[in-house]
Amino acid sequence: MIPAAFDYVRPSTVDDAVAALAAAGDDAKVLAGGQSLLPVLRLRLSYPSTLVDLGRIESLRGVRDDGDALVIGAMTTHDEVLHDALVARHAPLLAQAAATVGDRQVRHLGTLGGSLSHADPAGDLPDVALTLDASLDVVGPSGSRTVAAHDFFVDYLTTVLAPDEVLTAVRVPKLGADWATHYEKFNRMAQAWPIVGVAAAVRRSNGSIAEARVGLANMGSTPLRASAVEQALAGADASADAVRAATEHAAEGTHPPSDLSGGADYREHLARVLTRRAVMAAAGIQP
Amino acid sequence: MTATAERPAEIGQARRRKEDARLVTGRTMWTDNLTLPGMLHMAILHSPVAHARITRIDVSGARQRPGVVAAFSGQDFKDVQGTIPCAWPVTEDTVVPNHPSIAVDQVNHVGESVAVVVARSKAEAQDALEAIDIEYEPLPPVLDMEAALADGAPLVHPDLSSNKSFTWEFESGSAGTGRAIDDVLRDADVTVTRRFRQQRLIPAFLEPRSTVVQPQGEGVTVWSSTQVPHVLRTLMSLSLGIPEHKLRVIAPDVGGGFGGKLQVTPEEFLTTLVARRLGKPVKYTESRSELMMSGHHGRDQIQDVTITATRDGRLTGLDVHILADMGAYLRLITPGIPILGAFMYNGIYKFDAYRFVCDGVFTTKTPTDAVRGAGRPEATFAIERIVDELAVELGMDPMDLRRKNWITHDQFPFTTVTGITYDSGNYEAATDRALDLIEWDELKKEQAERRARHDTVQLGLGISTFSELCGWAPSRLLGALRYAGGGWEQATVRVLPTGKVEVVTGASPHGQGNETTWSQIVADRLGVPFDDVEVLHGDTQTSPRGWDTYGSRSAAVGAVAVSNAALRVVEKAKRVAAHLLEASEDDMEFVDGKFSVRGTPGAEKTIQDLAFEAFAAHDMPEGVEPNLDAEATFDPVALSFPHGTHLCAVDVDTETGRVTIRKYVCVDDVGTVINPLIVEGQVHGGVAHGIAQALYEEAVFDDDGNLTTGTLVDYMVPSAVDLPSFTTDRTVSPSTTNPLGVKGVGETGTIASTPAVVNAVVDALRPFGVNDVRMPCTPERVWRALQGGTR
Repeated sequence: MIPAAFDYVRPSTVDDAVAALAAAGDDAKVLAGGQSLLPVLRLRLSYPSTLVDLGRIESLRGVRDDGDALVIGAMTTHDEVLHDALVARHAPLLAQAAATVGDRQVRHLGTLGGSLSHADPAGDLPDVALTLDASLDVVGPSGSRTVAAHDFFVDYLTTVLAPDEVLTAVRVPKLGADWATHYEKFNRMAQAWPIVGVAAAVRRSNGSIAEARVGLANMGSTPLRASAVEQALAGADASADAVRAATEHAAEGTHPPSDLSGGADYREHLARVLTRRAVMAAAGIQP
Repeated sequence: MTATAERPAEIGQARRRKEDARLVTGRTMWTDNLTLPGMLHMAILHSPVAHARITRIDVSGARQRPGVVAAFSGQDFKDVQGTIPCAWPVTEDTVVPNHPSIAVDQVNHVGESVAVVVARSKAEAQDALEAIDIEYEPLPPVLDMEAALADGAPLVHPDLSSNKSFTWEFESGSAGTGRAIDDVLRDADVTVTRRFRQQRLIPAFLEPRSTVVQPQGEGVTVWSSTQVPHVLRTLMSLSLGIPEHKLRVIAPDVGGGFGGKLQVTPEEFLTTLVARRLGKPVKYTESRSELMMSGHHGRDQIQDVTITATRDGRLTGLDVHILADMGAYLRLITPGIPILGAFMYNGIYKFDAYRFVCDGVFTTKTPTDAVRGAGRPEATFAIERIVDELAVELGMDPMDLRRKNWITHDQFPFTTVTGITYDSGNYEAATDRALDLIEWDELKKEQAERRARHDTVQLGLGISTFSELCGWAPSRLLGALRYAGGGWEQATVRVLPTGKVEVVTGASPHGQGNETTWSQIVADRLGVPFDDVEVLHGDTQTSPRGWDTYGSRSAAVGAVAVSNAALRVVEKAKRVAAHLLEASEDDMEFVDGKFSVRGTPGAEKTIQDLAFEAFAAHDMPEGVEPNLDAEATFDPVALSFPHGTHLCAVDVDTETGRVTIRKYVCVDDVGTVINPLIVEGQVHGGVAHGIAQALYEEAVFDDDGNLTTGTLVDYMVPSAVDLPSFTTDRTVSPSTTNPLGVKGVGETGTIASTPAVVNAVVDALRPFGVNDVRMPCTPERVWRALQGGTR
């Protein structure tokens, strides 16, 4: 379980990282926390020529308040995210999901930016980023750009990032006080990926649901928004029956995988049950 | 020589384990920590296909790679590699295929070794594997046991006439241990038949296997992460022709085994062949992925079980037919594993008649062998599951049915329908205590309420009243079962000149805490401080004789040898003391490590004084040799039978299928307890292991014979956060087959817990028309069972 040989670069600025990636060509890989990349290398499923380690770029760490949004450095670890006071206040959904990632060791090494760039559709955090309408700051040789989360995830383990681009920060819009959120993760073991994960954010107004966002993990080749559920919930009664009816649409438009943890039909069923539970928990509705 | 001791007895104390500081921190001699001067590193290329002929293999490319010293294929060893030995052909006609350490012209399972590279570093060896050129001509995989036995099935081994290794049969009528089964089946009032499947498991011990081999002239020293250094030495000598007196095997600290290191492995042989060929020390340490496909697996049986009873619930007959997947080869005790269960299918119950028939079947999968419990979990599962099904058929409470049929405590020793005698037990006491602890009646009430209100989350209650056979011995019995080995253990106790004590044991542990337990026994016997005792093990040079640690035998056999050796030291010390104190041996008293003369105050010698006197040997009694040393070998008269009652309450979410264990209570009876903390630890770990089979672990092969659960991401080993808190308690029925009264405890939890959990899951689902869920009871399987139910 030793990776094949590779060159290793550890820049201290983003510009140097981008330059190193450009110089190394298509076979370079960015190393963030290494929690997904290193197992792939050790199993020799990937043979990058160069690893560009972002671990020494201080500007990529930490959470700051940017008015309407939080800006979370791409190299902020899951553990830092889940213990951050700003995240707790303005994006508790992210903290709740980050607390379920892997185990304690993984959370101390794994990073938010690494998780989003890896773009595993079973990942918890890509789902949350999509649900919260996050946008992602990306820097490449020709400058920087900002990509909406719903444009960022392209396919299984594939994002819009070019080989010489680096994800630098995640902008998470603050949710107002009338929003409430919940992450419902269903897995076989505490440390396992979700068979299905559901992120829900609900804005309540006068006994009804004014607006809802629902994101699904592991129901397709990318994280997905359950748009049919969102539409059905908009303006619905904040009642168990109304939520049950709306969340019956949860599997619409999904293409879940069939694997050892569950067949596609089981995942579709889980998506409906878990979406109901997530929305009810977020909206504070008793079953 | 009796008097009241003042120091508290060590036996029975919950001593913290003296070995843990080094084991837990890893600051110790694991095999992989060993580096010898000039040592080379070996990497293995494993077959990526289940069944194929090797049509071409060229390792020359690897030899050109940086750092590479040598590269070999099976062709290089075909005339010298011998065969991996099987020490337990269970019948006279058991078919034992040749089992090369490295495939020569055919591969028979994914993960089989096909080539090796030896280099100056491990990384260079691994890199060079990619330069090996190999072509396979595919053969049809043989994966399903029933299909494998059908006429015209593709053969795993084309040189054999079928895929069957053996048929082993027991029948109480012909054995004279009960009535004829066919008569009982024919006359039965009530008959219940079920098919159960024991999924394939992989023992997920912490330390992957590692071997270092140092050739020195004719001789060889082998360090290996093994449970069985003594067995390895003898069998390696026989198979590879290394003179036994020139072969030293060392098992340094070993990081767990669960039966997975009760093996003489192809990798050990291959490392030895390569090191001898090169005349240099060579190390091979496997990765987790290599272990998952190449280390032996366990379980994998199909069990067809029929139970009969009278209408009022008296058990009469039990008819068991099993197919046991051997995998591609027979390893050390592969065929014997299902046979270990043959004597336990009857559980704790009285039957009139019993039949057990087992077919061993070859498939193109990784060989199976011992995994914690080894045959007995399968048996216990089958009987405890089918008793529940019979209770439903009879309309009886499952506990009432058990009580009506189990051996009562006044009936011990009890010879069962298998002909084996259970030494001691008290099923009533253990069961009553367990029912109290879990508050069974309250749970029953809650279950009724939740059923009545159609709660989404249903409560299930599961029972397992089990026994098992422990302390793999005596030798005479093992021989009768065609097991090649013996069942005794040997120990030496030496009091050093300064009064410190060395204990040499043949029962080399791999995490069981024997250093602590043995020290407690010796401290009591000699009256010396616990910390003054050191336990030596795991090196055939310092502990030349033993049968090692497996089958819950260390305490029941090895500890008794230690105790007996210590008692012999005391006997010898008494003769020296009497001589020096000029008193009669009959007048000597021995209390707290001190000999005194009855009626003569002040005339005394400590065991430490006597050790120095016997070492200097200036004034020894006539006929007594210098030094306070003694050796003992213990071979018990019979097996011992721990038992217990495990009760489990599960919540089953009927919407998602998730099973959550809410309460788990176990009351075990393992005889006399030497160290309650260690016993408790074994029970916790064992129960966790059994729950893992019930709910989590399964080795899965795809249609091509690839292991699809080859990493710990897919092969789900639960951790502490996935498990409930266990409530444990004990009853004590001392074993009558050894003087310490101890029984085994290393496997009880694993054997007991699996049916307790599955019975609870099925109980929760009964109102939905579900009467079985295949293991592991994953959320998806439970959900599918609910979809297919009659309601």
